[in-house]
Amino acid sequence: MPTFTREEIEHLGDLARIALTDEEITRLQGELNVIADSINKVQEVASDDVPPTANPIPLEAYLRPDVPETPLTQAEALAGGPKTEAGMFVAPRILGSEE
Amino acid sequence: MAEKLMKYADATKKYDVVFGLETHVELCTKTKLFCPAEVHFGGEPNTQLTPVSLGLPGSLPVVNKTAVDYAIKLGLALHCEIAEWSQFARKNYFYPDMPRDYQISQYDKPTNGNGYLDVELEDGTVFRVPIERAHIEDDAGKNTHVGGADGRIEGADHSLVDYNRAGVPLIEIVTKPIEGAGDRAPEIAGAYMRAIRDIVRALGISHARMEQGNMRADVNVSLRPSADAPYGTRSETKNVNSFRGIEKTIQYEIRRQAARLDEGKEILQETRHWDEATQTTAGGRVKSDADDYRYFPDPDLVMLHITKEHIAEIEAQMPEMPRERRNRLKAEWNLTDVQMRDILNADALDLIEDTVKAGATAAGARKWWLGELSREANAKGVSLEELNVTPADVAEVEKLIADGKLNDKLAKQTVSGVLAGEGTPAEVVAKHGYKIVEDTGAIEAAVDAAFEANPDVVEKLKSGNMKPMGVIIGAVMKATRGQADAKAVTKIVMGKIKG
Amino acid sequence: MTNEIVKLSAAEMAAKVKSGEVSSRELVDAHLEVIEAAEPSIKAFLKVSADVAREQADAFDAKSADEKAQLPELAGVPIAIKDMIVTKGIETTAASKILEGWVPPYDATVIEKLKAAGMPILGKTNLDEFAQGSSTEHSAYQTTHNPWDTERVPGGSGGGSASAVAAFEAPLALGTDTGGSIRQPGALTGTVGVKPTYGGVSRFGAIAMASSLDQIGPVSRTVLDSALLQEIIGGHDRRDSTSIPEGPRPMVAAAREGAKRDLKGMKVGLVKELSGDGFQPGVQARFNEAVKKLEEMGAEVVEVSCPHFEYSLGAYYIIMPSEVSSNLARYDGMRYGLRVMPPAGVPQTAANMMSYTREAGFGDEVKRRIILGTYALSAGYYDAWYGSAQKVRTLIIQDFHNAFQQADVLVAPTSPSTAFKFGEKMDDPLAMYMNDIATIPANLAGVPAMSIPAGLSDDGLPVGFQFIAPQQRDEVMYKPAAALEAALEEDWGGPIWQSMNTPWLNAAE
Repeated sequence: MPTFTREEIEHLGDLARIALTDEEITRLQGELNVIADSINKVQEVASDDVPPTANPIPLEAYLRPDVPETPLTQAEALAGGPKTEAGMFVAPRILGSEE
Repeated sequence: MAEKLMKYADATKKYDVVFGLETHVELCTKTKLFCPAEVHFGGEPNTQLTPVSLGLPGSLPVVNKTAVDYAIKLGLALHCEIAEWSQFARKNYFYPDMPRDYQISQYDKPTNGNGYLDVELEDGTVFRVPIERAHIEDDAGKNTHVGGADGRIEGADHSLVDYNRAGVPLIEIVTKPIEGAGDRAPEIAGAYMRAIRDIVRALGISHARMEQGNMRADVNVSLRPSADAPYGTRSETKNVNSFRGIEKTIQYEIRRQAARLDEGKEILQETRHWDEATQTTAGGRVKSDADDYRYFPDPDLVMLHITKEHIAEIEAQMPEMPRERRNRLKAEWNLTDVQMRDILNADALDLIEDTVKAGATAAGARKWWLGELSREANAKGVSLEELNVTPADVAEVEKLIADGKLNDKLAKQTVSGVLAGEGTPAEVVAKHGYKIVEDTGAIEAAVDAAFEANPDVVEKLKSGNMKPMGVIIGAVMKATRGQADAKAVTKIVMGKIKG
Repeated sequence: MTNEIVKLSAAEMAAKVKSGEVSSRELVDAHLEVIEAAEPSIKAFLKVSADVAREQADAFDAKSADEKAQLPELAGVPIAIKDMIVTKGIETTAASKILEGWVPPYDATVIEKLKAAGMPILGKTNLDEFAQGSSTEHSAYQTTHNPWDTERVPGGSGGGSASAVAAFEAPLALGTDTGGSIRQPGALTGTVGVKPTYGGVSRFGAIAMASSLDQIGPVSRTVLDSALLQEIIGGHDRRDSTSIPEGPRPMVAAAREGAKRDLKGMKVGLVKELSGDGFQPGVQARFNEAVKKLEEMGAEVVEVSCPHFEYSLGAYYIIMPSEVSSNLARYDGMRYGLRVMPPAGVPQTAANMMSYTREAGFGDEVKRRIILGTYALSAGYYDAWYGSAQKVRTLIIQDFHNAFQQADVLVAPTSPSTAFKFGEKMDDPLAMYMNDIATIPANLAGVPAMSIPAGLSDDGLPVGFQFIAPQQRDEVMYKPAAALEAALEEDWGGPIWQSMNTPWLNAAE
C-alpha cells in the first residue's frame, strides 16, 4: 500500500517540473494518500493471466506516405513563443548550479 | 584535475573489458517520423515544422511508412528478429529542445531485436558483435548557446532553440554487452561503427555523415577482474561523433577505470563526455532516479503491424551488404588484403567499382584513384568524391590509353585538365591537341640526338646495364614535347643498341 | 422572435434555413443576443467569436441554392465549441492560465468539418482546466452556472457547452468526454450529451487530457440533433492514428426510427452494478420510470452484471493521471503560453523556469493529477499501478462483451446525483471523482454512450439517463434514446426545459 511522504511528493514535483509550495505539498500528501487507498484495489484483480489494454480499439497503425506537406511559416511557429530571438525560441541558461 | 591513468597494456592485462555501443543513425526520409514536415539540412530556423513537430496542443503523431521500411531494412542487415507487432512508447523528460517534453521511442516492444553483426578487423579477424535491438525514435531540436565561451553550454547566458531537427527519424542500434574483446576493444568498436556506416549507406537509409551528426554513439565501458566475474559498474560517454573519438574514448575509459579500481576507488555510474581538445572524457551527471523516464505505451499511437509478406518484399529488394561486396570485389579484382585495405582507407571502393563498370580495368581504375587523384584530393583537403572528376572520366582516359591515343604523361595532363574544369577527357585532349607522335622517323632522329649527347649512357646500355634508359627516354620525350609513346621509344632504343 | 427561434431544435432551425424562413445570419444574431443577456448569470463562454460567426453565416447565406444543397442538414446552424478544441485564429486556452492568449495556427479536424458544413462558430465554452473536473469550478477563469439553478454547478468538465445549450445560448455544442465530461454535464443541465465510440471522431486538434480515453462528441437539446451533428464530425481522419478507418454510422436514421417509439425485439440490459447505493433516490426513481417506458414500447429488459465495474474508478484514476502527466508536460514556457521566471535567489535556469511556470500556470486539480500520474508511471510502481490498471481495462472490456451477448444496449443513470452547489465537493477530491462512477466504464472500454434527460428529481433538478452501445455501433443507442425522449416528452407535454425559468430570455426579448 503506497503512502506518500513529503520527500516523495517533493521528488515527484521535481520529476514533473512543478515548484510545489510547502503548503501544496502538505495538502497533496493528505489527498494523495486517500486517493491512493481507493485506487490501490485494482491490484486485487490484475492477475498475471490478464493481458493489458493500452488502447480500447484494437487498431493497427496506419502508415503515412513519406510525402511533404506545407509547413508552418516561421512567423506562425514563433507567434505563441513567450520569448523569441533571431527566428528561434529563447531558453534561459540550460545548465545551472543545481545541475 | 587530471585523472590518474593506467598504462593501456597493463590495464587490459589486469582487467576484463566489457563495452557496449548505442548508435544513433539519422534516417534520410523526406519527412519527419510523425508528421509531413519536409526535412533538409540547413535552412532557416523553425521553418520545417507542422503543429505536430512543434508539439502544439491538440496535435497528434502519425507514423511515416518509409521510416518503418528503413528500420526493417536495417533489421534484416543486422540479422535481427523483426517483431510482427511493435509499439511506440513515451520517454518522459523535460528539456528545452523537446517539443512535447517526451520522446517517442520504442521500449519493451522494439521493431528489431536480437541480431548480430560480423565485423572484420584489419588483420582479417572476424568478430561477432551481438545486437540487442535496433529501435525507431524521433530526434530533438537544436540548442545554440549564447553568451558563453565558444558556444559551449557551460557559462552560457541563454540558449536559442531551433526545432527543425525535432521529429527527424532515428534508429538507435544497441549492442549487447560486448565481451571477449580484450585489448582490441577500441579497434572492434571502430570497425563496428564503420561497418554500420557502410551498411546504412549501402541500404540508402542514411547519409551517415558523422560530422553532420547523422551518426553518433554513446559508449559504455566497464571493467571486471576476470571474464567470469559479474559486470562492473559502467560509465556512459554520450554523443561521441567520430570514429577516432569512439576508439579513444574506450581506450581512455579502460585506462581511467583501471587506475581507479587499482586504488580501490569505485566507478561512478555516470554519463561522461568525450573532449576532443584534451583527448579525455569528463565526468558529467551521476545517474540517479532523476533518470526515471516513466516509459509507457504512447496512447496516441497504436501497434505497428509488420507482416511476414512485407518483410519478404523488403528482403527481396535488399542490396548486397558491404562486407560481402568487399569480399566479392576483392576476388574479382584479384587484390591482396593490403591492396583492399588501401582502397577502403581511401574511401575509393565505390569510385573504383563505378570506374570498372564504366569500362576500365580494375588495375587501371585503382591506379588513378589511389595515385594521382588521391594526391590531388589530399593536396586540396577534400574527399575523392568531391574532386571534379567522375568514374566515367577516368574510364574514358583509360580507354584512350588502351587505344594507344594517350601515353601516361598525356593521360595525366588530360586528367589535370578535367580536374581544372576544362571539360571531359575528349574535350581536354581536343583543346590541347594531345596526341602520341607515331612518326618513327621523328622519334629515331630524337633518339640519335640523345645518343650523341649521352655517349656514356649508350656505353652502359650496350654493356647490358639498362638502368640509365630513362635518361634517353626523357631526352626523347623532351624533344617530342611528350607526345612520343614511351613503348615505341624503348623499342627503337633497343633496336639501335643491338643493331 | 429571438425567443422563438432559439428554443427550436437545431434540426428545426435547419429546416427554417432551408425553407428560407430565416437566414444563418439571423440565427447567429439571435443567439448572440441571448448570449449577451444570459452570460452575466450563466458564464458559459470564455470567448464569444461574434465577428467570426457573423462572417461565416454571411458566407453561408451568400451561397447558391445548389451549393447549399450539397451541405449537411445542419448547414447554417451555429454551434459553440468547448475551449479544449483548437480553433485557428480564435484564442484557445483549455481554461488554463498556462495557455492564456494562445491563438492556434491550425484548426482541429472537427472544426474543419464544421466550417465545411457551413456551421458558424459562436465561441469557446468554459470547462474545468484541461477538462479535469466534474463541476467546471476548476476553470482558471470563471465559474459556469447551471441554468436550472444558478446557485449550482452545471457539472463538468464540459459545463460551459452544456449550460450554453441548456440556456439557449447555442443550439448545439461540441464537448470532450474522458470520463463523463459530456454526459454528466448533460445529465445535470437536462441536455443530451454523447460520447461516441473511441476513434469514431478524430481527436486531431482536441487538446489532449488522457489520449486513450478522450473523445469529442455532440451536445444538444434533442437526440436527433446529436445524431445529425455526430454524422458531420465523425469519420476517419488520417491525422489521428487512433481514428477508426470507417465512415460515421447511420445515427440519424436510427434516431428517426426511434421517434416511432417501437422497440419490439430490442433487449435492454440493466447494469446491476450501476444502481442502488450511492445513487440519489430521486435519480433512481426517474431512472426506473424511464426503464418502464422502454418496456412499454416493446423492449425486453434484462439485468446484466459487470463485476469488474467496481474497479473502474481505480483504473481510471491511474490511467487518466498517468496520461495527463505526460500530455501536459509540453506546457513548459518554451513555445507558447505562460512563462514565469524563478524568483530572485533561485538559479535562473531553464529547468527552474519550467518549474515556476508550471507552478503558476496550473491549478490545484491539474497539479494533483500530474503528481499522481507521475507517481503511477515511475520506476518501481509502474507494474503495480499502471500495469494493473491496464489489466482492469481488459476485464472491463470483457464485462461489456459479455453484457452485449445478453442485451443490445445497456442502461444506467448517468450521474449518481443531480446538480450540486458550488463548493460542495471542492475540498473532497474523492467525492468529486465519484460523480463519474457510471460514466467511466464506457471510456475505459471505448464504447459509445449518451445521456438524455429522464425528468426532474425531487429537488426539481434534471436527471440523466444513460445508454451504452457496443463499439462502433453508435446507432444502436440512438434508436431507444430517441424513443424514450419522445415518450417522456409526451408525458411532460413538451421538452424538459419547459420547466426551467429563463429570465435572461425575457431580457433578450
